[in-house]
Amino acid sequence: MSETTEKPSETLVEITLNDKKISAPEGSTILDACKQADIDTPTLCWAENLTPVNVCRVCVVEVEGSRALVPSCSRPIEEGMVISTDSERVNTSRRMVLELLASSVELDRADKEILEWITYYGSNPDRMGNSSEIKTSKQPVKIQDDLYVRDYERCILCYKCVEACGDDAQHTFAIATAGRGFEAHISTEFDVELPDSACVYCGNCIGVCPTGALVFKTEHDMREDNSWDPDNQEVTETICGFCGVGCNLELHTQDEKIVKVTSPSDHSVTEGHLCIKGRFGWQHAQPKN
Amino acid sequence: MWTVDPRRTDSAKFADVWLGINVGSDIALANGVANEIIKAGLENKEFINNATTGFEEFVTHVEPWTLERTAEVTGVPVDAIRDLAHGYANAEKAQITWTLGITEHHTAVDNVLALCNLSLLTGHVGRWGSGLVPLRGQNNVQGGGDMGALPNKLAGFQDLDDEETRIKFETVWNSKIPPEPGWHLTDMFNAMERRELRALYVIGENPADSEADVNHSRKALESLDILVVQDVFMTRTAEMADVVLPAALGWAESDGTVTNSERRVQRTRAAIKPPGSAHQEIEIISDLARHMGDNTWGQPTAEELWEELRTLSPMHAGMSWERIENEGGIQWPCPDENHPGSTFLHDRLWKQPAEGRLAPFSCVDDRPPIESLDDQYPLRLTTGRTLDSYNTGVQTSKYNSPIRTGEALELSSADAEKLGILEGERVRVSSRRGSIEMTVKVDPDLPLGLAFTTFHFPELVDVNQLTNSAYDPKSGTSEFKATAIRVEKMINA
Amino acid sequence: MPDLKFSNSLPTNSEKKAVDETIELHGPVTLEITERLVYSGWQRTQERRHLLLPTLHALQRASGWISPGGLDYACRVLEVPPAEAYSVATFYHLFSSQPPSGDQILHVCDDIACSLNGANDLIDNLRKEGYETKPSPCLGQCERGPAVFVQGVASDDNVVFDTDLKQLQKSLTESSEKESIKLPQAGSDHLRLLSRVGIVDPNSLEDYKSHGGYEALIKALEIGDEQIIEEVSTSGLRGRGGAAFPTGVKWKAVADEKGRTHHLVCNADESEPGTFKDRVLMENDPFALIESMTIVGLAINAEKGWFYIRGEYPIAKQRLAGAIEKARKSGLLGDDILGSGRKFDIEIRSGAGAYICGEETALFNSIEGFRGEPRNKPPFPTTNGLFNEPTVVNNVETLANIPRIILNGGEAFAAEGTDQSSGTRLFCLSGRVALPGLYEFEFGATLGEILDAAGGFSGPGNLKAILLGGAAGSFVTPESIDLPLTFEDTRDAGVALGSGVIMAFSDADELTKTVLRIAEFFRDESCGQCVPCRVGTVRQEELLIRVADKNSVETDISLFDDLASVMSDASICGLGHTAASAIRSALNLGLLETQ
Repeated sequence: MSETTEKPSETLVEITLNDKKISAPEGSTILDACKQADIDTPTLCWAENLTPVNVCRVCVVEVEGSRALVPSCSRPIEEGMVISTDSERVNTSRRMVLELLASSVELDRADKEILEWITYYGSNPDRMGNSSEIKTSKQPVKIQDDLYVRDYERCILCYKCVEACGDDAQHTFAIATAGRGFEAHISTEFDVELPDSACVYCGNCIGVCPTGALVFKTEHDMREDNSWDPDNQEVTETICGFCGVGCNLELHTQDEKIVKVTSPSDHSVTEGHLCIKGRFGWQHAQPKN
Repeated sequence: MWTVDPRRTDSAKFADVWLGINVGSDIALANGVANEIIKAGLENKEFINNATTGFEEFVTHVEPWTLERTAEVTGVPVDAIRDLAHGYANAEKAQITWTLGITEHHTAVDNVLALCNLSLLTGHVGRWGSGLVPLRGQNNVQGGGDMGALPNKLAGFQDLDDEETRIKFETVWNSKIPPEPGWHLTDMFNAMERRELRALYVIGENPADSEADVNHSRKALESLDILVVQDVFMTRTAEMADVVLPAALGWAESDGTVTNSERRVQRTRAAIKPPGSAHQEIEIISDLARHMGDNTWGQPTAEELWEELRTLSPMHAGMSWERIENEGGIQWPCPDENHPGSTFLHDRLWKQPAEGRLAPFSCVDDRPPIESLDDQYPLRLTTGRTLDSYNTGVQTSKYNSPIRTGEALELSSADAEKLGILEGERVRVSSRRGSIEMTVKVDPDLPLGLAFTTFHFPELVDVNQLTNSAYDPKSGTSEFKATAIRVEKMINA
Repeated sequence: MPDLKFSNSLPTNSEKKAVDETIELHGPVTLEITERLVYSGWQRTQERRHLLLPTLHALQRASGWISPGGLDYACRVLEVPPAEAYSVATFYHLFSSQPPSGDQILHVCDDIACSLNGANDLIDNLRKEGYETKPSPCLGQCERGPAVFVQGVASDDNVVFDTDLKQLQKSLTESSEKESIKLPQAGSDHLRLLSRVGIVDPNSLEDYKSHGGYEALIKALEIGDEQIIEEVSTSGLRGRGGAAFPTGVKWKAVADEKGRTHHLVCNADESEPGTFKDRVLMENDPFALIESMTIVGLAINAEKGWFYIRGEYPIAKQRLAGAIEKARKSGLLGDDILGSGRKFDIEIRSGAGAYICGEETALFNSIEGFRGEPRNKPPFPTTNGLFNEPTVVNNVETLANIPRIILNGGEAFAAEGTDQSSGTRLFCLSGRVALPGLYEFEFGATLGEILDAAGGFSGPGNLKAILLGGAAGSFVTPESIDLPLTFEDTRDAGVALGSGVIMAFSDADELTKTVLRIAEFFRDESCGQCVPCRVGTVRQEELLIRVADKNSVETDISLFDDLASVMSDASICGLGHTAASAIRSALNLGLLETQ
């Protein structure tokens, strides 16, 4: 593979993970070590093609000697570290993070694994109170063009879209977190409509959104008319037909039609990121009748 | 990061320094930078001795290119040229990347050679992170060349005039290969004009819109005895054709490979079926062979053709279909199955002694654009592309881009003011070949005297009626980047 | 920067001038040498990003809000993407997103201490009179509240305090500086940090010098960098900002980061409800802090010090700026300090209404021109601080101890106080005490002794509870009166010394309201970055409202425990970690039940 990919360090670090001693390459995060040890760790704001921002706190683990829990996604392992991933404190925090989110955000279109974690950790968002009496992020969906839909009542503020729009990929900075506290939200400047913002419609934000807050217009429309059927979709990997970069595309097809396009985040050519042509320029393959 | 471009593009805004040189003065700049590097003693003497030829002659050749003369020809200040020369020479690693701004000139090949000189002078070549990087504009323009779609090459850039090579191919193909090189695109149009070329089979190209001086090209196409077009869309060229062969889309409806800018061969895969009577291109060509009386072709699959290629092209020999599949693409050269592929080329130049043919310095001369500016045609038009559109818009016109602003003639604030034209007004744009109507957009980033437009919407604005079909005899590429135009305000617009 | 897209909104002349003046020293990102030669790019953009916060302040002052035209102009000059500038502007309470209705915006403190003194009525009255009035979290004037921070439109900010509406209205129109230092121990021999407060002229370098000022700097230059650190380590000085980290250890860690640029930051973003100690020091003895910072700068080999002061302290800011200017002119700051050849200078940065920016890593982001969101630690500031470089962050009170340590030696300092809590400590007394104000005690004094010094409980009813350490601290009952307020004793008792807040409440006060105000404070001040704190502080407040309305059910107690756990265990920073602590202590002590 290309030399731009960082080679894992050859030095090994020994840690104790859930009472078992394991060795992992120096520079690995606790999350890397957990993966190596086949320990399932929930993550929301982490993605392999983005810099960890460690804001969702669902991946926290207990590290001996540290008063607070530690985000496994960003904390590098150290020699002799003693880590527990299934202590009562860890499970309580994971359950509560998911419970807090589920009580304030619509998660029914979230990645399947998120819904599985909610069940696994026993989160019960209902005990926060009746959804009409507590604060939620309920708001109208934003449909401002033919390509994107932004449905911010599904937004868990994981910052992934901001990172993908910013210096982790696109360097366009069309969106950022505005406001503060519970009122914090993803926004363009003065909330101008997306076509009036700096957005270049690369759709890299859609590519990293874990909860269905940012989706293709095609997906949104199909979900609205109940024709969206992921079980009936196939994914085919191919190469974009436009310029010479050679971006890898994953064409999601349903009933012989392309319904959305993603890109594998583990491929060294663009690490999952595309431009407007690759992400949305496929409609010539199936012009609307 | 330095950007050298007549226009202050988005890339230029990202760069630490933007040098807005005169259109077509690339060789002057490169020669001036080279001379300054030599004068300052910053050349990599060890590398030059080990890996290059023709250095002495080159030194003499660039000597007249003092900073002052270079500044005069390129239009940028002396200090900036000096800074560029020293910055490039002193960098631990440095790359020169370019695209059509270098190659769509009548001096295309010389422009590239001038840049090669700089990398040889400083040793910024043949090492990871340093080098010369032509950015390809199309997903398989590299692959086309790799497969021998060049007048004088066979697959794997093997020379057509090498008899041994020809025999190797003839044995596998069971067919005689003519030893004379064919025509490149521009030659073909000239041959059509001379009525030497009477039949044309066009696959996936739209020359009736994309050629420079397109009126001239359309006439040539019309004069053919037979025009066959194989395409996915009913392009303007297809509309002129006697026979249209509807084909499957390469990237979404076909299995095969493409090669990107970094020489990485990757798999395309069919995700959907081609519509109606459209066929796979391999199928069409094989069928054609059968109809022409050759029954030995059969119906090969993409994989079979690839495996055949590996036996003929040494640089592809190690890339089995299976490896390309499993490894997410492999960069050539990859001579055997244990070879990981090559992330960069020319490391042979750093071996002690250097392996293979030494790299020659090229003494190339500054030659201004063919069309000079005069009172009749006082503005320089250069063409380019925008992010959301692609070439003549055949594919990209099919989706609604929210950032598409349509075709416009971009003028500098000063020129617009001089001509008394406001943003959004209609103008008549004329060159020595044609005249069209356009809407004006004022771009404060454009320098005085320079105009810019794209050519993505030929149905609406036929920009290539203006462009010059004069071309570089070495590459056959037309000088799209340097047209002399006149802009007149439309009275009753 | 590519991909920048600007609006058609235009700045006013005063907005344009305000931006131009703010960036004057650095110039805009894009530098056009000729029509064909332009310098710009990522590096020049990044180098100027820290000017965003002062630029936003300049815009707010110029027109009373962050207008689209003003922001757009700032973005063009600094090449900050408009979405990011908007994101930063909307992070801070002092930047308005709506045009002002008049030439003043009144931020009236309705936080715990001021609300005991009638702040809520004041807000109602001011609104009735037509003033643009916004309730504010603690303004650090607890000893003399209710306080009003007057944000001027095209004029200087000011702070006024008067319970009487007519008097207050008078102060709003008069520009005269009204001084009321509440220092009940004034003149006492045992004062160390407060010895000059109310005695020296804060605007006079000469006066400061005649009271022993700058003797420590001269000695520091004599003994050398390593010895400075040695003395401070020996002194046992621990940080007074709340975390109580040994100061010498921090300094040494940064000094040892060889070959990198070092920074010193004075954290003067004093915003913990109930705290006003740093304000008193800055307003009344500013040169002492400049001298202290200079000594630290030498010791840790930092050439640049940043004074990050909360935006609601206009008088402190103005005096510090004056002190810096005078010190610079006298060769006490600059390229050649006292002829030593050593460099050090200080730049002031104003916060803009965000408690979270007192968290050191949030403070870095704020200075750097980003949202004041805390960073995950590790890495710690000593290796990756301001601009990702090794940084010492010290609280104002911590720094104020330095000259004395240098002059008298670390051992003399260590001899005061207790083994683990050396020196003296400032306490901010407010609420139901006879003499609210700032007090200084040698470590070891008990809660009761300190309350007695302040004249003891005063007010209707009886002393019911004392809030120690601020909103992030905890309540105690009169039973804790014998608790010595040292780092070790408070830690052992499971309470926090925090920023030295001692706020007394009577059984006639509605403690439920106080606790709700604390919950509201954390909800308002959560930066919103991490889930536990962003949603947890909201759910905590909702739960408390249910408790207050007596609509609570059994499950709410287990829910409160879970919320407290996830905030304390899984939040990024101290705000979330402590957001439930005072409330939990109130619940545990049954303070809400007997209402």
